[in-house]
Amino acid sequence: MRLLSGDPPRGWPARALVVLVALALAATPLLFHGAKPLEVAEKICVMAALAASYDVLLGYTGIVSFAHVMFFGVGAYGVGLASYALGPGWGAMALGLAGGLALSAALALAIGLFSLRVQAIFFAMVTLAVAYAFNVLASQLPDLTGGEDGRSFRVPELLRPGHHFGHWLGTAVTGRTLTYYLVLAGAAALFLVLLRIVNSPFGRVLQAIRENPLRAEALGYRIVFHRTLAVIVTALVAAFVGGLDAMWLRYVGPDTALSFSIQIDVLVIVVIGGRGTLYGAVVGAAVFVIAENYLRALIGAAATATADLPLLPNLLHPDRWLLWLGVLFILAVRFAPRGIVGELQRRHDEGRRS
Amino acid sequence: MTPALETRELTIRFGGHVAVDAVSCAFFPGQLTAIVGPNGAGKTTYFNLMSGQLRASSGAVLVRGRDITGLDAPRRARLGLGRAFQLTNLFPALSVLENVRLACQARAGVHYEMTRPWMARRDILAAAHATLARVGLEGRAGSAVSALSHGDQRKLEVAMMMALEPDILMFDEPTAGMSVDEVPVVLDLIAQLKRDASKTILLVEHKMDVVRSLADRIIVLHNGKLMADGPPAEVIASPLVREAYLGAAA
Repeated sequence: MRLLSGDPPRGWPARALVVLVALALAATPLLFHGAKPLEVAEKICVMAALAASYDVLLGYTGIVSFAHVMFFGVGAYGVGLASYALGPGWGAMALGLAGGLALSAALALAIGLFSLRVQAIFFAMVTLAVAYAFNVLASQLPDLTGGEDGRSFRVPELLRPGHHFGHWLGTAVTGRTLTYYLVLAGAAALFLVLLRIVNSPFGRVLQAIRENPLRAEALGYRIVFHRTLAVIVTALVAAFVGGLDAMWLRYVGPDTALSFSIQIDVLVIVVIGGRGTLYGAVVGAAVFVIAENYLRALIGAAATATADLPLLPNLLHPDRWLLWLGVLFILAVRFAPRGIVGELQRRHDEGRRS
Repeated sequence: MTPALETRELTIRFGGHVAVDAVSCAFFPGQLTAIVGPNGAGKTTYFNLMSGQLRASSGAVLVRGRDITGLDAPRRARLGLGRAFQLTNLFPALSVLENVRLACQARAGVHYEMTRPWMARRDILAAAHATLARVGLEGRAGSAVSALSHGDQRKLEVAMMMALEPDILMFDEPTAGMSVDEVPVVLDLIAQLKRDASKTILLVEHKMDVVRSLADRIIVLHNGKLMADGPPAEVIASPLVREAYLGAAA
């Protein structure tokens, strides 16, 4: 309870769902064999932590930012470029991560103080411009960043796939297994930090600002500083997650670290899972990443099954999986605007009240 | 004696319209000043200029002799300027307790603390419960604000100002829209605060019986100008005021 800052998911359905995801992530290396399930589980960990930090901005503070993935990228490039330049080693990764965190904090401070004084929409526009500029910069500086191709780098010996620790419960425990658990532990720790922050006196002020910024000011809260601090803290978390992901991928490039499609994914995950719940990010990430990886196959199977019918096989072509994800997203927004966890918690709250 | 709050030639223009027109007035501790005037006279705008929701076009606002014209609303609140709003102005999705607790937290100066859960600050929580009890809302602590009656929302609004323990209290029609049996609760509260000689109280109110019973002094605003200023009996009796404000009702 103290670990959860006194704020567990409300009601057993939401609780069960979050516990299920957490247990599945913890057990993935033991339950499944092969690279693919571990890739999927790692992506869930990364997206859950990244989406949770975005939820602190969007769901708790009411700030729309398009630069959140940029901070993720700064952390990823920090670890990647440091490991590439200095050679594989824990020191290089730590140095790169520290550099990424520092740059993220500085950028967040500048963007926040520059643009959060005025209306929220101005902040959204500025973040869009800065993120775009950063994306272009990363691609146009091939000597430093590897340009469009990015940089592949080597990780410390212990984390390499070739490093065998032995066998446990019939599964080979390798450097990849260790890397996965590092990512999982890091993501879980960051999630708990975020949970503490939204339940702290500071986090409570963020929610007040979302509800009624002028009233929060009349109480004596200087909301520009609260908003800016929220952007800085979430940027730091995003950068940290970026560093973890780079360590897993052993590669950093615009497509994996800075792409706007990641930003959209994060937004979709927060909305599907439930804005302002934090746990929604975990559930949303699991649903989204699993759909992204297995919906294709499912749709492909459906296409084969309906091969004799007109039109349907075309619509069900595996390449149309994004279309179907879009349909699911629209249905979710229409019928469960609070998202999965938000909706479950609302039902629980209403059940208790009546 | 230094006034607790003072305005000098305070003016705000919206385009060609002068909503508050060179109002100079001083308010003193231990005094309850009622501000009256017809709708659109600039009473709420005058309040907004003093508490910092609006910036003056010209003129100055002083608190205890210090010029605060350049300060924003949060800084003015921290200097002891408390404001209860006319249109209910709360945090609608948060609980009744949380609304007051946020005010108590601001009073305690806890702004950026993020390493401990909010429950760990039991002092703030206790202060919030005590404040709710003062306005008779202790039974509704767990309710959503949206579930409160209009009268209870007004009480909550007053509770949030009181939680800040300001020296200067600005009530903007605190009893507007309240049912007859709810009005005395708020008036008793104001009367209670008035007994504390260190408090400076400003009250915008339409109900003349309320003004008569509570006010030490009345100022009249009309078309943004200060038209009359004096003891209640004198101001209410003046022909100018009878014509401009009380009109047919007098």
